[in-house]
Amino acid sequence: MRKRVSLIACTALIACAQAVAAGNKEETGKDIAFDRSRGNCLACHAMPTLPDAEQPGNSGPPLIAMSARFPDKNTLRAKIHDATAGNPDSFMPPYGKHGVLTEEELGKVVDFVYGL
Amino acid sequence: MKHGPLPLIMAVVAALLGVAPASAGPEDDRLKVVNHFKSKYPDIRMETYVLGALAFDADARLQYDSVMQFPPFVAELERGERLWRAPLKSGKTYADCLPNGGRMIAGNYPMFDESRGRVVTLEDLVNDCRAANGEAPYEYADPATMGVLTAYARTLSDGMRMNIRVEGPAALQAYEDGKKTFYARVGQLNFSCGHCHVDNAGNRLRSELLSPVIGQSAHWPVFRGGDNLVTLQGRYVECFRLMRHVPDKPGSIRFNNLEYFHSYLSNGLELKASVFRK
Ligand code: HEC
Ligand code: HEC
Repeated sequence: MRKRVSLIACTALIACAQAVAAGNKEETGKDIAFDRSRGNCLACHAMPTLPDAEQPGNSGPPLIAMSARFPDKNTLRAKIHDATAGNPDSFMPPYGKHGVLTEEELGKVVDFVYGL
Repeated sequence: MKHGPLPLIMAVVAALLGVAPASAGPEDDRLKVVNHFKSKYPDIRMETYVLGALAFDADARLQYDSVMQFPPFVAELERGERLWRAPLKSGKTYADCLPNGGRMIAGNYPMFDESRGRVVTLEDLVNDCRAANGEAPYEYADPATMGVLTAYARTLSDGMRMNIRVEGPAALQAYEDGKKTFYARVGQLNFSCGHCHVDNAGNRLRSELLSPVIGQSAHWPVFRGGDNLVTLQGRYVECFRLMRHVPDKPGSIRFNNLEYFHSYLSNGLELKASVFRK
Protein backbone atom coordinates (compact mmCIF):
# COMPACT_ATOMS: atom_id res chain seq x y z
CA MET A 1 0.00 0.00 0.00
CA ARG A 2 2.78 2.38 0.92
CA LYS A 3 4.39 1.64 -2.43
CA ARG A 4 1.21 2.49 -4.31
CA VAL A 5 0.90 5.82 -2.50
CA SER A 6 4.49 6.78 -3.15
CA LEU A 7 4.07 5.83 -6.81
CA ILE A 8 1.07 8.11 -7.16
CA ALA A 9 2.84 10.89 -5.33
CA CYS A 10 5.77 10.51 -7.63
CA THR A 11 4.14 10.37 -11.05
CA ALA A 12 4.51 14.06 -11.77
CA LEU A 13 8.26 13.93 -11.41
CA ILE A 14 10.17 12.11 -14.10
CA ALA A 15 13.28 11.73 -11.98
CA CYS A 16 11.14 10.25 -9.29
CA ALA A 17 9.50 7.79 -11.68
CA GLN A 18 12.93 6.65 -12.79
CA ALA A 19 13.96 6.15 -9.22
CA VAL A 20 10.92 3.95 -8.74
CA ALA A 21 11.74 1.91 -11.84
CA ALA A 22 15.36 1.45 -10.88
CA GLY A 23 15.03 1.12 -7.15
CA ASN A 24 11.79 0.13 -5.54
CA LYS A 25 10.61 -2.44 -7.98
CA GLU A 26 13.44 -4.78 -8.73
CA GLU A 27 13.10 -6.44 -12.10
CA THR A 28 12.37 -10.15 -11.85
CA GLY A 29 13.39 -13.03 -14.10
CA LYS A 30 9.77 -13.26 -15.10
CA ASP A 31 9.71 -9.60 -16.15
CA ILE A 32 12.72 -10.21 -18.37
CA ALA A 33 11.39 -13.47 -19.78
CA PHE A 34 8.04 -11.87 -20.64
CA ASP A 35 9.45 -8.62 -22.06
CA ARG A 36 9.00 -8.71 -25.82
CA SER A 37 12.18 -6.80 -26.49
CA ARG A 38 14.40 -8.95 -24.26
CA GLY A 39 13.59 -12.53 -23.29
CA ASN A 40 10.34 -12.80 -25.20
CA CYS A 41 10.35 -16.50 -24.33
CA LEU A 42 6.57 -16.58 -24.87
CA ALA A 43 7.20 -16.01 -28.57
CA CYS A 44 8.10 -19.69 -28.75
CA HIS A 45 7.26 -21.36 -25.42
CA ALA A 46 4.07 -21.94 -23.50
CA MET A 47 4.34 -21.85 -19.71
CA PRO A 48 1.36 -24.02 -18.79
CA THR A 49 1.69 -23.46 -15.03
CA LEU A 50 1.36 -19.66 -15.34
CA PRO A 51 -2.15 -18.31 -15.99
CA ASP A 52 -0.77 -14.97 -17.17
CA ALA A 53 1.49 -16.51 -19.82
CA GLU A 54 -0.96 -15.50 -22.53
CA GLN A 55 -0.91 -16.20 -26.25
CA PRO A 56 2.33 -18.16 -26.30
CA GLY A 57 3.91 -19.33 -29.54
CA ASN A 58 4.47 -23.01 -30.26
CA SER A 59 7.78 -23.49 -32.02
CA GLY A 60 9.56 -24.50 -28.80
CA PRO A 61 8.49 -27.10 -26.22
CA PRO A 62 6.29 -25.97 -23.30
CA LEU A 63 8.41 -24.93 -20.33
CA ILE A 64 7.11 -27.12 -17.52
CA ALA A 65 8.55 -29.32 -14.75
CA MET A 66 11.90 -27.74 -15.45
CA SER A 67 13.67 -28.61 -12.20
CA ALA A 68 12.80 -32.27 -12.77
CA ARG A 69 13.95 -32.22 -16.36
CA PHE A 70 17.01 -30.08 -15.74
CA PRO A 71 18.17 -31.14 -12.27
CA ASP A 72 21.44 -29.32 -12.88
CA LYS A 73 20.74 -25.62 -13.17
CA ASN A 74 23.95 -25.15 -15.14
CA THR A 75 22.62 -27.33 -17.94
CA LEU A 76 19.55 -25.12 -18.09
CA ARG A 77 21.69 -22.01 -18.07
CA ALA A 78 23.87 -23.40 -20.86
CA LYS A 79 20.78 -24.11 -22.96
CA ILE A 80 19.55 -20.54 -22.65
CA HIS A 81 23.06 -19.11 -23.03
CA ASP A 82 23.50 -20.84 -26.39
CA ALA A 83 21.01 -23.44 -27.61
CA THR A 84 23.03 -23.88 -30.81
CA ALA A 85 25.90 -25.44 -28.82
CA GLY A 86 23.89 -28.64 -28.40
CA ASN A 87 21.70 -28.28 -31.47
CA PRO A 88 23.36 -26.38 -34.33
CA ASP A 89 20.01 -25.97 -36.11
CA SER A 90 18.24 -24.58 -33.05
CA PHE A 91 15.72 -21.86 -33.71
CA MET A 92 16.29 -20.46 -30.24
CA PRO A 93 18.34 -17.25 -29.99
CA PRO A 94 21.67 -17.63 -28.14
CA TYR A 95 20.72 -15.26 -25.33
CA GLY A 96 24.04 -15.20 -23.51
CA LYS A 97 26.45 -15.80 -26.36
CA HIS A 98 24.99 -12.99 -28.47
CA GLY A 99 24.52 -10.64 -25.56
CA VAL A 100 20.74 -10.48 -25.90
CA LEU A 101 20.68 -10.67 -22.09
CA THR A 102 23.42 -9.74 -19.65
CA GLU A 103 24.88 -12.45 -17.41
CA GLU A 104 22.88 -11.05 -14.53
CA GLU A 105 19.63 -11.03 -16.48
CA LEU A 106 20.34 -14.54 -17.69
CA GLY A 107 20.80 -15.70 -14.11
CA LYS A 108 17.42 -14.27 -13.15
CA VAL A 109 15.73 -15.88 -16.13
CA VAL A 110 17.30 -19.25 -15.28
CA ASP A 111 15.99 -19.02 -11.70
CA PHE A 112 12.55 -18.14 -13.01
CA VAL A 113 12.47 -20.95 -15.59
CA TYR A 114 13.80 -23.44 -13.05
CA GLY A 115 10.71 -22.79 -10.96
CA LEU A 116 8.29 -23.54 -13.78
CA MET B 1 45.39 -38.97 -70.18
CA LYS B 2 45.17 -36.22 -72.80
CA HIS B 3 42.12 -34.74 -71.04
CA GLY B 4 43.61 -35.10 -67.61
CA PRO B 5 43.59 -31.49 -66.42
CA LEU B 6 40.29 -30.57 -68.10
CA PRO B 7 37.87 -31.49 -65.31
CA LEU B 8 40.06 -29.63 -62.88
CA ILE B 9 40.07 -26.52 -65.06
CA MET B 10 36.31 -26.75 -65.41
CA ALA B 11 35.90 -27.03 -61.68
CA VAL B 12 38.07 -23.95 -61.19
CA VAL B 13 36.09 -22.03 -63.82
CA ALA B 14 32.85 -23.15 -62.19
CA ALA B 15 34.13 -21.98 -58.81
CA LEU B 16 35.14 -18.61 -60.26
CA LEU B 17 31.70 -18.19 -61.79
CA GLY B 18 30.16 -18.97 -58.45
CA VAL B 19 28.52 -22.15 -59.67
CA ALA B 20 28.28 -24.22 -56.54
CA PRO B 21 28.77 -27.82 -57.62
CA ALA B 22 27.10 -29.01 -54.42
CA SER B 23 23.75 -27.55 -55.46
CA ALA B 24 21.78 -29.30 -58.16
CA GLY B 25 20.24 -25.99 -59.17
CA PRO B 26 17.23 -23.76 -58.63
CA GLU B 27 14.57 -26.28 -59.59
CA ASP B 28 16.00 -28.75 -57.12
CA ASP B 29 15.99 -26.06 -54.41
CA ARG B 30 12.37 -25.21 -55.15
CA LEU B 31 11.20 -28.81 -55.13
CA LYS B 32 12.91 -29.45 -51.81
CA VAL B 33 10.95 -26.61 -50.23
CA VAL B 34 7.71 -27.66 -51.95
CA ASN B 35 8.18 -31.21 -50.67
CA HIS B 36 8.87 -29.95 -47.17
CA PHE B 37 5.45 -28.29 -47.14
CA LYS B 38 3.72 -31.18 -48.88
CA SER B 39 4.89 -33.66 -46.31
CA LYS B 40 4.35 -31.39 -43.31
CA TYR B 41 0.92 -30.13 -44.40
CA PRO B 42 -0.44 -32.77 -46.79
CA ASP B 43 -3.94 -31.26 -46.68
CA ILE B 44 -2.94 -27.80 -47.86
CA ARG B 45 -2.87 -27.31 -51.61
CA MET B 46 0.10 -25.41 -53.03
CA GLU B 47 -2.15 -22.74 -54.57
CA THR B 48 -3.42 -21.89 -51.10
CA TYR B 49 0.03 -20.68 -50.07
CA VAL B 50 -0.35 -17.45 -52.03
CA LEU B 51 -2.55 -16.49 -49.07
CA GLY B 52 0.48 -16.53 -46.78
CA ALA B 53 -0.17 -17.31 -43.13
CA LEU B 54 -3.91 -17.39 -43.88
CA ALA B 55 -3.33 -20.79 -45.48
CA PHE B 56 -2.99 -22.19 -41.96
CA ASP B 57 -5.91 -20.42 -40.35
CA ALA B 58 -9.49 -20.90 -41.54
CA ASP B 59 -10.93 -18.19 -39.27
CA ALA B 60 -8.50 -15.52 -40.40
CA ARG B 61 -9.16 -16.66 -43.95
CA LEU B 62 -12.88 -15.95 -43.59
CA GLN B 63 -12.11 -12.50 -42.24
CA TYR B 64 -9.77 -11.90 -45.14
CA ASP B 65 -12.35 -13.00 -47.70
CA SER B 66 -14.92 -10.59 -46.33
CA VAL B 67 -12.45 -7.68 -46.21
CA MET B 68 -11.38 -8.41 -49.79
CA GLN B 69 -14.95 -8.07 -51.04
CA PHE B 70 -14.72 -4.35 -50.37
CA PRO B 71 -10.99 -3.75 -50.14
CA PRO B 72 -10.26 -0.77 -47.91
CA PHE B 73 -7.38 0.21 -50.19
CA VAL B 74 -9.27 0.97 -53.42
CA ALA B 75 -8.42 4.67 -53.07
CA GLU B 76 -4.69 3.79 -53.13
CA LEU B 77 -5.14 1.61 -56.18
CA GLU B 78 -7.00 4.43 -57.91
CA ARG B 79 -4.17 6.80 -57.11
CA GLY B 80 -1.82 4.24 -58.64
CA GLU B 81 -3.97 3.95 -61.72
CA ARG B 82 -3.90 7.74 -62.20
CA LEU B 83 -0.10 7.68 -62.03
CA TRP B 84 -0.04 4.76 -64.44
CA ARG B 85 -2.17 6.59 -66.99
CA ALA B 86 -0.60 10.04 -66.65
CA PRO B 87 1.69 10.80 -69.62
CA LEU B 88 5.38 11.18 -68.80
CA LYS B 89 7.33 14.25 -69.97
CA SER B 90 7.83 12.72 -73.41
CA GLY B 91 4.09 12.21 -73.77
CA LYS B 92 4.48 8.45 -73.50
CA THR B 93 2.98 6.32 -70.74
CA TYR B 94 4.24 3.31 -68.82
CA ALA B 95 2.11 1.10 -71.03
CA ASP B 96 4.17 2.37 -73.99
CA CYS B 97 7.50 1.32 -72.55
CA LEU B 98 6.82 -1.82 -70.53
CA PRO B 99 6.76 -5.15 -72.35
CA ASN B 100 3.29 -6.19 -73.46
CA GLY B 101 1.87 -2.85 -72.38
CA GLY B 102 2.59 -3.84 -68.79
CA ARG B 103 -0.01 -6.63 -68.82
CA MET B 104 0.70 -10.18 -67.63
CA ILE B 105 4.40 -9.51 -67.08
CA ALA B 106 4.91 -9.13 -63.31
CA GLY B 107 5.42 -12.88 -62.88
CA ASN B 108 8.57 -12.65 -65.01
CA TYR B 109 10.21 -10.31 -62.48
CA PRO B 110 12.74 -10.10 -60.99
CA MET B 111 14.54 -11.01 -64.20
CA PHE B 112 18.26 -11.36 -64.76
CA ASP B 113 19.38 -8.78 -67.29
CA GLU B 114 22.43 -10.17 -69.11
CA SER B 115 23.38 -6.86 -70.69
CA ARG B 116 23.54 -5.12 -67.31
CA GLY B 117 24.81 -8.17 -65.50
CA ARG B 118 22.30 -7.80 -62.69
CA VAL B 119 18.83 -8.58 -61.48
CA VAL B 120 16.10 -6.18 -62.61
CA THR B 121 12.89 -5.82 -60.62
CA LEU B 122 9.54 -4.49 -61.79
CA GLU B 123 10.40 -1.31 -59.87
CA ASP B 124 13.59 -0.98 -61.95
CA LEU B 125 11.48 -1.27 -65.08
CA VAL B 126 9.29 1.58 -63.89
CA ASN B 127 12.30 3.78 -63.19
CA ASP B 128 13.95 2.86 -66.50
CA CYS B 129 10.77 3.95 -68.22
CA ARG B 130 10.74 7.20 -66.29
CA ALA B 131 14.38 7.93 -67.11
CA ALA B 132 13.86 7.15 -70.80
CA ASN B 133 10.96 9.58 -70.88
CA GLY B 134 12.48 12.56 -69.14
CA GLU B 135 11.39 11.94 -65.56
CA ALA B 136 13.37 11.61 -62.36
CA PRO B 137 13.30 8.12 -60.83
CA TYR B 138 10.99 7.32 -57.94
CA GLU B 139 12.34 6.28 -54.57
CA TYR B 140 11.88 2.52 -54.43
CA ALA B 141 10.42 2.61 -50.94
CA ASP B 142 8.08 5.59 -51.35
CA PRO B 143 4.52 4.32 -50.82
CA ALA B 144 2.94 7.45 -52.35
CA THR B 145 4.64 7.03 -55.74
CA MET B 146 6.41 3.76 -56.50
CA GLY B 147 4.19 1.96 -53.98
CA VAL B 148 0.78 2.86 -55.36
CA LEU B 149 1.99 2.80 -58.96
CA THR B 150 3.29 -0.77 -58.70
CA ALA B 151 0.27 -1.75 -56.58
CA TYR B 152 -1.86 -0.90 -59.59
CA ALA B 153 0.60 -2.15 -62.21
CA ARG B 154 0.83 -5.57 -60.58
CA THR B 155 -2.94 -6.00 -60.67
CA LEU B 156 -2.56 -6.02 -64.48
CA SER B 157 -0.83 -9.38 -64.04
CA ASP B 158 -3.38 -10.97 -61.70
CA GLY B 159 -3.81 -14.59 -62.67
CA MET B 160 -0.41 -14.87 -64.34
CA ARG B 161 1.77 -17.62 -62.93
CA MET B 162 5.10 -16.79 -61.35
CA ASN B 163 7.70 -17.57 -63.95
CA ILE B 164 11.18 -16.62 -62.74
CA ARG B 165 14.00 -17.88 -64.93
CA VAL B 166 17.58 -18.54 -63.94
CA GLU B 167 19.62 -19.11 -67.09
CA GLY B 168 23.37 -18.88 -67.47
CA PRO B 169 26.17 -18.60 -64.96
CA ALA B 170 25.74 -14.91 -64.13
CA ALA B 171 22.03 -15.36 -63.39
CA LEU B 172 22.83 -18.42 -61.30
CA GLN B 173 25.37 -16.44 -59.32
CA ALA B 174 22.77 -13.77 -58.49
CA TYR B 175 20.30 -16.50 -57.54
CA GLU B 176 22.88 -18.21 -55.32
CA ASP B 177 23.64 -14.90 -53.64
CA GLY B 178 19.94 -14.47 -52.84
CA LYS B 179 19.78 -18.02 -51.57
CA LYS B 180 22.71 -17.35 -49.28
CA THR B 181 20.96 -14.29 -47.83
CA PHE B 182 17.82 -16.34 -47.29
CA TYR B 183 19.48 -19.19 -45.42
CA ALA B 184 22.22 -17.34 -43.53
CA ARG B 185 21.80 -16.85 -39.81
CA VAL B 186 22.27 -13.20 -39.02
CA GLY B 187 21.71 -10.56 -36.40
CA GLN B 188 21.70 -10.69 -32.64
CA LEU B 189 18.87 -13.22 -32.56
CA ASN B 190 20.69 -15.55 -34.96
CA PHE B 191 17.73 -16.29 -37.22
CA SER B 192 17.66 -16.94 -40.94
CA CYS B 193 14.67 -16.22 -43.17
CA GLY B 194 14.43 -19.97 -43.63
CA HIS B 195 14.04 -20.58 -39.90
CA CYS B 196 10.81 -18.61 -39.79
CA HIS B 197 9.39 -19.17 -43.27
CA VAL B 198 10.45 -22.75 -44.01
CA ASP B 199 11.19 -24.69 -40.79
CA ASN B 200 8.64 -22.90 -38.62
CA ALA B 201 6.06 -21.78 -41.17
CA GLY B 202 2.66 -22.70 -39.76
CA ASN B 203 3.91 -22.31 -36.19
CA ARG B 204 3.09 -19.31 -34.09
CA LEU B 205 5.50 -16.71 -32.77
CA ARG B 206 3.39 -15.45 -29.91
CA SER B 207 0.04 -14.98 -31.65
CA GLU B 208 1.61 -14.39 -35.06
CA LEU B 209 1.32 -17.26 -37.54
CA LEU B 210 4.42 -17.63 -39.70
CA SER B 211 3.76 -17.67 -43.44
CA PRO B 212 5.41 -20.15 -45.81
CA VAL B 213 8.06 -18.92 -48.23
CA ILE B 214 6.17 -20.61 -51.05
CA GLY B 215 3.69 -18.07 -52.37
CA GLN B 216 5.22 -15.20 -50.40
CA SER B 217 6.26 -13.19 -53.44
CA ALA B 218 3.04 -13.54 -55.43
CA HIS B 219 0.81 -10.89 -53.89
CA TRP B 220 2.57 -7.55 -53.46
CA PRO B 221 2.18 -5.01 -52.17
CA VAL B 222 0.11 -5.78 -49.10
CA PHE B 223 -2.07 -3.27 -47.30
CA ARG B 224 -1.58 -3.71 -43.59
CA GLY B 225 -4.53 -2.78 -41.42
CA GLY B 226 -6.36 -1.97 -44.65
CA ASP B 227 -4.49 0.98 -46.12
CA ASN B 228 -0.87 0.94 -44.97
CA LEU B 229 1.02 -0.03 -48.09
CA VAL B 230 4.03 -2.34 -47.61
CA THR B 231 6.17 -3.42 -50.56
CA LEU B 232 7.89 -6.79 -50.72
CA GLN B 233 11.31 -5.32 -50.03
CA GLY B 234 9.75 -3.11 -47.34
CA ARG B 235 8.74 -6.37 -45.70
CA TYR B 236 12.34 -7.61 -46.02
CA VAL B 237 13.37 -4.53 -44.05
CA GLU B 238 10.85 -5.36 -41.31
CA CYS B 239 12.00 -8.95 -41.13
CA PHE B 240 15.66 -7.88 -40.97
CA ARG B 241 14.66 -5.76 -37.98
CA LEU B 242 12.93 -8.74 -36.36
CA MET B 243 16.25 -10.52 -36.72
CA ARG B 244 17.98 -7.52 -35.14
CA HIS B 245 20.06 -7.17 -38.24
CA VAL B 246 20.82 -3.95 -40.11
CA PRO B 247 18.51 -3.87 -43.15
CA ASP B 248 19.56 -2.75 -46.62
CA LYS B 249 17.84 0.05 -48.44
CA PRO B 250 15.16 -1.43 -50.70
CA GLY B 251 16.53 -1.77 -54.21
CA SER B 252 20.03 -2.81 -53.08
CA ILE B 253 21.82 -5.54 -55.02
CA ARG B 254 21.50 -7.84 -52.04
CA PHE B 255 17.75 -7.30 -51.70
CA ASN B 256 17.24 -7.65 -55.46
CA ASN B 257 19.13 -10.94 -55.44
CA LEU B 258 17.11 -12.05 -52.43
CA GLU B 259 13.90 -11.15 -54.27
CA TYR B 260 15.15 -13.13 -57.27
CA PHE B 261 15.72 -16.31 -55.24
CA HIS B 262 12.65 -15.73 -53.07
CA SER B 263 10.39 -15.23 -56.10
CA TYR B 264 11.77 -18.30 -57.85
CA LEU B 265 10.42 -20.43 -55.00
CA SER B 266 6.88 -19.29 -55.90
CA ASN B 267 7.19 -20.36 -59.54
CA GLY B 268 3.98 -21.82 -60.90
CA LEU B 269 1.73 -20.00 -58.43
CA GLU B 270 -0.80 -17.40 -59.49
CA LEU B 271 -0.19 -13.72 -58.91
CA LYS B 272 -2.77 -11.80 -56.96
CA ALA B 273 -1.56 -8.27 -56.34
CA SER B 274 -2.62 -5.91 -53.60
CA VAL B 275 -4.07 -7.85 -50.72
CA PHE B 276 -5.20 -7.12 -47.20
CA ARG B 277 -3.08 -8.04 -44.19
CA LYS B 278 -4.09 -7.42 -40.61
C1 HEC C 1 12.48 -18.06 -31.56
C2 HEC C 1 12.11 -19.19 -30.79
C3 HEC C 1 12.51 -19.29 -29.34
C4 HEC C 1 12.61 -18.33 -28.37
C5 HEC C 1 12.33 -16.85 -28.50
C6 HEC C 1 13.01 -19.01 -27.16
N1 HEC C 1 13.15 -20.35 -27.40
FE1 HEC C 1 13.65 -21.76 -26.06
N2 HEC C 1 13.57 -23.19 -27.52
C7 HEC C 1 13.16 -22.98 -28.80
C8 HEC C 1 13.16 -24.24 -29.52
C9 HEC C 1 12.76 -24.43 -30.99
C10 HEC C 1 13.60 -25.22 -28.62
C11 HEC C 1 13.76 -26.72 -28.89
C12 HEC C 1 14.95 -26.98 -29.77
C13 HEC C 1 16.23 -26.82 -29.03
O1 HEC C 1 16.37 -27.46 -27.98
O2 HEC C 1 17.07 -26.08 -29.45
C14 HEC C 1 13.86 -24.51 -27.37
C15 HEC C 1 14.28 -25.13 -26.20
C16 HEC C 1 14.36 -24.51 -24.98
C17 HEC C 1 14.69 -25.18 -23.73
C18 HEC C 1 14.95 -26.67 -23.60
C19 HEC C 1 13.62 -27.28 -23.35
C20 HEC C 1 13.62 -28.76 -23.34
O3 HEC C 1 12.60 -29.30 -22.92
O4 HEC C 1 14.59 -29.37 -23.76
C21 HEC C 1 14.66 -24.25 -22.74
C22 HEC C 1 14.92 -24.47 -21.28
C23 HEC C 1 14.32 -22.99 -23.36
N3 HEC C 1 14.14 -23.20 -24.72
C24 HEC C 1 14.18 -21.79 -22.67
C25 HEC C 1 13.94 -20.57 -23.26
C26 HEC C 1 13.92 -19.32 -22.56
C27 HEC C 1 14.12 -19.16 -21.07
C28 HEC C 1 13.67 -18.35 -23.48
C29 HEC C 1 13.63 -16.85 -23.31
C30 HEC C 1 14.66 -16.21 -22.56
C31 HEC C 1 13.52 -19.02 -24.77
N4 HEC C 1 13.68 -20.37 -24.59
C32 HEC C 1 13.23 -18.37 -25.95
C33 HEC C 1 12.80 -21.79 -29.36
C34 HEC C 1 12.84 -20.57 -28.71
C1 HEC D 1 11.92 -14.20 -36.38
C2 HEC D 1 11.06 -14.60 -37.41
C3 HEC D 1 11.24 -14.09 -38.79
C4 HEC D 1 12.36 -14.06 -39.57
C5 HEC D 1 13.75 -14.52 -39.21
C6 HEC D 1 11.96 -13.54 -40.85
N1 HEC D 1 10.64 -13.25 -40.85
FE1 HEC D 1 9.50 -12.71 -42.44
N2 HEC D 1 7.87 -12.58 -41.24
C7 HEC D 1 7.85 -12.85 -39.89
C8 HEC D 1 6.53 -12.55 -39.36
C9 HEC D 1 6.10 -12.73 -37.90
C10 HEC D 1 5.77 -12.09 -40.44
C11 HEC D 1 4.29 -11.66 -40.43
C12 HEC D 1 3.42 -12.88 -40.48
C13 HEC D 1 3.60 -13.61 -41.78
O1 HEC D 1 2.96 -13.27 -42.77
O2 HEC D 1 4.43 -14.53 -41.83
C14 HEC D 1 6.63 -12.15 -41.61
C15 HEC D 1 6.23 -11.82 -42.90
C16 HEC D 1 7.03 -11.92 -44.02
C17 HEC D 1 6.56 -11.68 -45.35
C18 HEC D 1 5.16 -11.27 -45.74
C19 HEC D 1 4.22 -12.41 -45.91
C20 HEC D 1 2.84 -11.96 -46.30
O3 HEC D 1 2.21 -12.71 -47.05
O4 HEC D 1 2.37 -10.90 -45.90
C21 HEC D 1 7.63 -11.88 -46.18
C22 HEC D 1 7.66 -11.73 -47.69
C23 HEC D 1 8.76 -12.24 -45.35
N3 HEC D 1 8.35 -12.27 -44.04
C24 HEC D 1 10.04 -12.51 -45.82
C25 HEC D 1 11.14 -12.71 -44.98
C26 HEC D 1 12.50 -12.76 -45.45
C27 HEC D 1 12.95 -12.64 -46.88
C28 HEC D 1 13.29 -12.93 -44.35
C29 HEC D 1 14.77 -12.91 -44.22
C30 HEC D 1 15.44 -11.76 -44.69
C31 HEC D 1 12.40 -13.07 -43.21
N4 HEC D 1 11.11 -12.90 -43.63
C32 HEC D 1 12.81 -13.36 -41.92
C33 HEC D 1 8.88 -13.36 -39.14
C34 HEC D 1 10.17 -13.55 -39.60
